[in-house]
Amino acid sequence: MATTITDVRLSALPPVTGRAGLGGVIASEFTKLRSVRSTYWTIGALIIVSVGVAALVGFGMASSFHNQPWQKAGTDATQDSLIAFFELGQLIIAVIGAMSITSEYSTGMIRTSLTAMPRRGTVYLGKLIVLTTVTLVVSLVTSFLAFFVGQSALSGTGVAASLFHSVTIPAGAQVNQRGNGPTSYVFQGTDLISSGTVLTAVVGTALFVTVVALIAFGLGAIIRHTAGAITSTIGLMFVLSIIIQILPDNWRWDIMRFFPDAAGRVISVTVGGGNPHLWSAWPQFLVTVIWAVVLVGIGGYLFRKRDA
Amino acid sequence: MIEVRGLTKRYGDKIAVDNLSFGIEPGNVTGFLGPNGAGKTTTMRCILGLDYPDAGTVAVAGQEYRGLAYPMREVGALLEAKALHGGRSAYSHLLCLAQTNGLPRRRVGEVLELVGLADVARKRSKGFSLGMSQRLGIAGTLLGDPRVLMFDEPVNGLDPEGILWIRNLMKTLASEGRTVFVSSHLMSEMENTADHLIVIGRGKLIADCTMSEFIARSSGAAVRVRTPSGDQLVRAVTGKGATAVADDDGSIEVRGMSAEQIGDLAFTEGIRLHELATVRASLEEAFMELTASSVEYHADAPGQPVTTTAGSGV
Repeated sequence: MATTITDVRLSALPPVTGRAGLGGVIASEFTKLRSVRSTYWTIGALIIVSVGVAALVGFGMASSFHNQPWQKAGTDATQDSLIAFFELGQLIIAVIGAMSITSEYSTGMIRTSLTAMPRRGTVYLGKLIVLTTVTLVVSLVTSFLAFFVGQSALSGTGVAASLFHSVTIPAGAQVNQRGNGPTSYVFQGTDLISSGTVLTAVVGTALFVTVVALIAFGLGAIIRHTAGAITSTIGLMFVLSIIIQILPDNWRWDIMRFFPDAAGRVISVTVGGGNPHLWSAWPQFLVTVIWAVVLVGIGGYLFRKRDA
Repeated sequence: MIEVRGLTKRYGDKIAVDNLSFGIEPGNVTGFLGPNGAGKTTTMRCILGLDYPDAGTVAVAGQEYRGLAYPMREVGALLEAKALHGGRSAYSHLLCLAQTNGLPRRRVGEVLELVGLADVARKRSKGFSLGMSQRLGIAGTLLGDPRVLMFDEPVNGLDPEGILWIRNLMKTLASEGRTVFVSSHLMSEMENTADHLIVIGRGKLIADCTMSEFIARSSGAAVRVRTPSGDQLVRAVTGKGATAVADDDGSIEVRGMSAEQIGDLAFTEGIRLHELATVRASLEEAFMELTASSVEYHADAPGQPVTTTAGSGV
């Protein structure tokens, strides 16, 4: 390695007007995200787990329908395909959301970042925009992939959902078994699953998972520690509603409506009336969004106010 | 270029910087000296807006650092070489910095070339030695061709080759007319590079002067004498009001008399001299004297580390 400065001429910088702003930060944040391997690992894991489990669930259901056709009654094929993306994807996306800010603190990069761009509100907003864009695109792709793969595994069963036309499935089944003889069954009633409902579930789940990333981001900005941020996201999205089950039923649900995970219980449902104790999909989704807005807001306030 | 006025910063009960004021003029190397824990890093963090002062103001190029239109074009600062994501390549690290200030992509390749890291540009920085990380950090400071450069303890932990490289770099940058503000806890690092000195201890300003003023301030010259009749000489010079201290190596250090006076005295007293030499107090000693007095002044502050002047021979 050279001990003296090699005689390299630096090219002159072009003159500038105005000031460095959000555009540069967005470009920079996108470079940060795409230049570390963990981004590819987590997104890869998200897609493989979500789509892989959707396929496994689909094939498993198709095979049990073959032997016990009456189980088709009331099948929510859309939700069954989205369940892995919804449950496990939340965890993985929380890691992406939290780490997009906590990794700057764990590595010390935040000091370098804020020296290059000291306008912290702009830095925070740029991070938020890049994270939202990337997780939204990844979530939508994953959600649609999981849906299509899961439904194609169910093709020919008659209960596979579709984004292009309505599907009518049996609502219930009367099963009769006489001794060791063959089992007979009669389907009772029908459920109509419109393509609009299916689209709401697929897109809504992707939006929900994206908002979970933002909740993790907000907690990351508040806690500034990767493990702490991920743990508290899990606490908020999974553990809180388990703890609340010790409460009596009649007011447990009144509280649960206001939890950020409640939307998940209704947003991917396409069969039946959803959960009677909760609001419908979009109002319930709004609750989750409000949680995200508050946490991201507190995080942003602290990001600007605290010493870096 | 940099104006610090009444800067005060506390961390809990501990006061890190205490009503500190100084200005840094463009076009030379300013050394920022003080013992470990004197508040140098805190001051630099406040200048860059990383920490918020409890009181006082800091202006860079006439305004708050946060208000600079293109901060990297005004100031290139390196506080910690390892303050980067180790999973990112050197090139990507610099690119994401350049992008925040709208700097052209070609600058990234150029500064990597300049610091001698072009060969490892695509390697992840977690495998870099401290010296390589310092070079990468310095490359980052040069991206925006800034008029002011700030380095916090840039040679800490470097091997001699790396130290030499950074010294040469600082001289080169200053010779190009840039302002270089560099902190250190070792005077010896500043001896040949700094034109101006800002010395702090316990968060307070001790000295803000040119290097030559600083040398003049130091307790002055001593004369080293070597003689077979040491006791006789000590009696003779103390009789003239000077002080004499015997060193471990058998020589005697006399203060308060010039070499000529001692030589004449020895001649009249009939003392044989084997060595007679003026020793200019080293800057390190002068620095230690200055900071030691600041430490003594605050010695009753509870829970504060105490620095000593052990080995200075005074």
